[in-house]
Amino acid sequence: MTHHPFLAAAALAVGLSLASGSLVPAQADTTQAPLKDVHWSFDSPVGMYDQEQLQRGYKVYHEVCSACHSMNMVAFRNLADKGGPFWNPAYPNSNDNPVVKALAAQAQYDSIDTETGQPVKRPGTTADYFPSPFPNEVAARAANNGALPPDMSLLAAAREGGARYIYSIVTGDGTTPPAGLTVPDGKYYDPYMPGDLSSFWKGDPNKVPVGGFIAMPPPLVDDRVTFDDGTKATVAQEAKDVAAFLEWASDPKADERKQLGIEVMLFLLVFTGLLYASYRTLWRKVGH
Amino acid sequence: MSEHQSTYEPKSAFERWLDSRLPIVRFSADLMSFPTPRNLNYWYTFGGILAFCLMVQIITGIVLAMHYDTSSHGAFMSVQREIMRDVNFGWLIRGLHANGASMFFLAVYLHILRGIYYGSYKAPREVLWWLGCVIYVLMMATAFMGYVLPWGQMSFWGAKVITNLLGAFPVVGGTITTLLWGGFSVGGPTLNRFFSLHYLLPFVIAGVVALHIWALHVPGNNNPTGVEVKGKQDTVPFHPYYTVKDLFAIMVFVILFAAVVFFIPDAFEKVDNNIEANPLVTPPHIVPEWYLLPFYAILRAIPDKLSGVLALAGAIGMLFILPFLDQNKVKSMRYRPAARLYFFIWIAFCLILGWCGSQEPQGTVIPGPAGPVIIDYGINSVTWLARVSTAYYFAYFLIITPLLAMTEKTLPVPDSLFTPVLAKSAAPAE
Amino acid sequence: MANSVAKAGADGPDDAGRRDFLYLATGAVGVAGVAAVAWPLIDQLNPAADTLALASIEYDLTKIALGSEVTIAWRKQPVFIRHRTPDEIARARADDHAPMKDPATDESRVKPGHAEWLIILASCTHLGCVPTFKGGDYGGWACPCHGSVYDTSGRIRKGPAPKNLYLFPYTFLSDTKVKLG
Repeated sequence: MTHHPFLAAAALAVGLSLASGSLVPAQADTTQAPLKDVHWSFDSPVGMYDQEQLQRGYKVYHEVCSACHSMNMVAFRNLADKGGPFWNPAYPNSNDNPVVKALAAQAQYDSIDTETGQPVKRPGTTADYFPSPFPNEVAARAANNGALPPDMSLLAAAREGGARYIYSIVTGDGTTPPAGLTVPDGKYYDPYMPGDLSSFWKGDPNKVPVGGFIAMPPPLVDDRVTFDDGTKATVAQEAKDVAAFLEWASDPKADERKQLGIEVMLFLLVFTGLLYASYRTLWRKVGH
Repeated sequence: MSEHQSTYEPKSAFERWLDSRLPIVRFSADLMSFPTPRNLNYWYTFGGILAFCLMVQIITGIVLAMHYDTSSHGAFMSVQREIMRDVNFGWLIRGLHANGASMFFLAVYLHILRGIYYGSYKAPREVLWWLGCVIYVLMMATAFMGYVLPWGQMSFWGAKVITNLLGAFPVVGGTITTLLWGGFSVGGPTLNRFFSLHYLLPFVIAGVVALHIWALHVPGNNNPTGVEVKGKQDTVPFHPYYTVKDLFAIMVFVILFAAVVFFIPDAFEKVDNNIEANPLVTPPHIVPEWYLLPFYAILRAIPDKLSGVLALAGAIGMLFILPFLDQNKVKSMRYRPAARLYFFIWIAFCLILGWCGSQEPQGTVIPGPAGPVIIDYGINSVTWLARVSTAYYFAYFLIITPLLAMTEKTLPVPDSLFTPVLAKSAAPAE
Repeated sequence: MANSVAKAGADGPDDAGRRDFLYLATGAVGVAGVAAVAWPLIDQLNPAADTLALASIEYDLTKIALGSEVTIAWRKQPVFIRHRTPDEIARARADDHAPMKDPATDESRVKPGHAEWLIILASCTHLGCVPTFKGGDYGGWACPCHGSVYDTSGRIRKGPAPKNLYLFPYTFLSDTKVKLG
């Protein structure tokens, strides 16, 4: 009896894993330094977010990033959702959570006076999505030297490397460029930014520096924010926390998903085991 | 079903009444008691697994359509904000649907490979095989249009590249693409019609699946020996023997499926699809989903647009003409060692083509220089590997298979499918 | 024959019992699994988180003249805010103990100290049409669809509707400003 079909299956499985998204296609031109080796509580397939870290990360986002970056898929209420930075079991309905109510009320939104129909401002509510720093894309580009700060709702999901990419970019931004590299006005050298620097490089053409230019000025310095929990606000700490917050923002259901996943897998193993026993029992007396 | 004597006997007065008007209970009972070869191995469970996949896609798809906004202005938001964040269990239902497509193709490829290995396309099962090929083509069309719906960067640019393929045809090409787009490029009207067709096609697939199962029940199942069923001693009733076996196999498949959905839901996803479609910026790597990569590599291997498109279509067409190419009477490759060898080499080349499709065409295969350039690319390039693989892909069907069918010296085939079963069960006892 | 390959060994009653238990347990666990899968498919039909979070709204009451009302939308539902005259209030209170389908005192349907403001959902409790203020028999609303008649407290007095016009949560921020929701 041949067992070759199984070999074929094994080969196919290997092929599949190669072809799936884990494999970044080799690119001839674009280069990028290997991302920094940082680790978070949510790295593993069953790891959960660290709530205190998310709170610190929100503070960095709120006080630094949100000056230029919108986050139009996250509402204030989401901050108090289960697994979110301000989740509090005392408020199962996140819209009742006093912390996010207060945060929302600090933001101002366009509204219409119900009597006169004239445009007015109103304080935000938990249902409001984070306010955008610029009224439209043109204004955003005009204020940022022609570059558009990307919306941060899905930033971690939209970049190869996720939180590690964000951490690396933010801490690598403004790295002193190697001698021989001409950095254009309004740009900064970042070895972690995918790019092709050969046309800006005056040195050995076989030793073009890795990385690219970024329009964002280095955003973080030590003590740029003051963390409420007393954690020392080094650049590394701020970057790590804000990367965690952005990971949460792009995948806020991850905790729920992983938790449910463990329960589902346990059920499936039990049920499949029972089915296998039934199958063997049923076929025991039948030659096949 | 023609040769299967119905064993259903209506038990109550109502059943008799119904049986003479709409014999639906008899129909189901006969399906369930259908005599099935007793020697089917696990490779034969993929039919059931595929039926399960189609059901999962249809149910989760109907649910997603309840929350999806078909306008090009709202599609991305409705998927990424409404479904992924606000709808109760929306993240789970989308995770099942998006990864379900990959699982569906994984199962269909194993099903097709099994069909080739055991010669299930040979007489009297050619129509059964062709219906399967039709289902496969419909699946690809459905998957392609479904991939456009989240309206991310990969959705948009994938749609643009694939629809532009049809522009390769002389004279009518431009008209066809404009007709598909409903505009001067991929845009809102394209998204709307793709949604409409993406909702429709699965039901067409379900219809063809019904025909596929019908065509299966006329000659009955093939089996690993390829020897036709000779009598009652060769078979067991489908239920409970194969319902339970299939269900067990489905659950093993579900474990793999669930592991992906719950723990690595973005394993098959391209990060660029989390950026909203932007007609002004092309993402750095346009790569189709893994299940289309071999065809994509064949397309790129040919240095001429029209020929490339024809090669791509031809690669799928090979499956359709396989019953004509292989005239050898021995079905199962168990008894055809040479055919088996060339078949496994073909699988290897399909995997290599898949790898080539995921790479930049000018990338090198062996690290180092690309070597002398012949027809645009160095010989140590992904493109040349794809060209060699494409050549084998077609040679396997058009040259190797017909020649082997005529010349191969096959191993002795057992008298009945039951002979190896007897030998196997006798061995431990004696 | 099929039996010729059956493995040796008789099938005792214990075996049969164990086998049946195994099949039953497998089936029961399977049914539980199907039920568990059904839940997300049903729950997704419930209002999504963004729908539930719809903001409460504030309304300036100075715009409503005595004896008139406004119909505004709150959570996509029509709402009446009626500025009742002392006569309407008196009429409603006089009927507090009259026989009614859904007995309630007028006082229980307004906020203390704000008896002139009747704030209720504007959907007839029969099948959901918006009643119109008619005066008439009971001085209040009548539903154009199937003829239910409500009094000046929004209580059902005549017709097919089973309940009084529904109350919903609201608070007075000041004497002239109310927050709905």
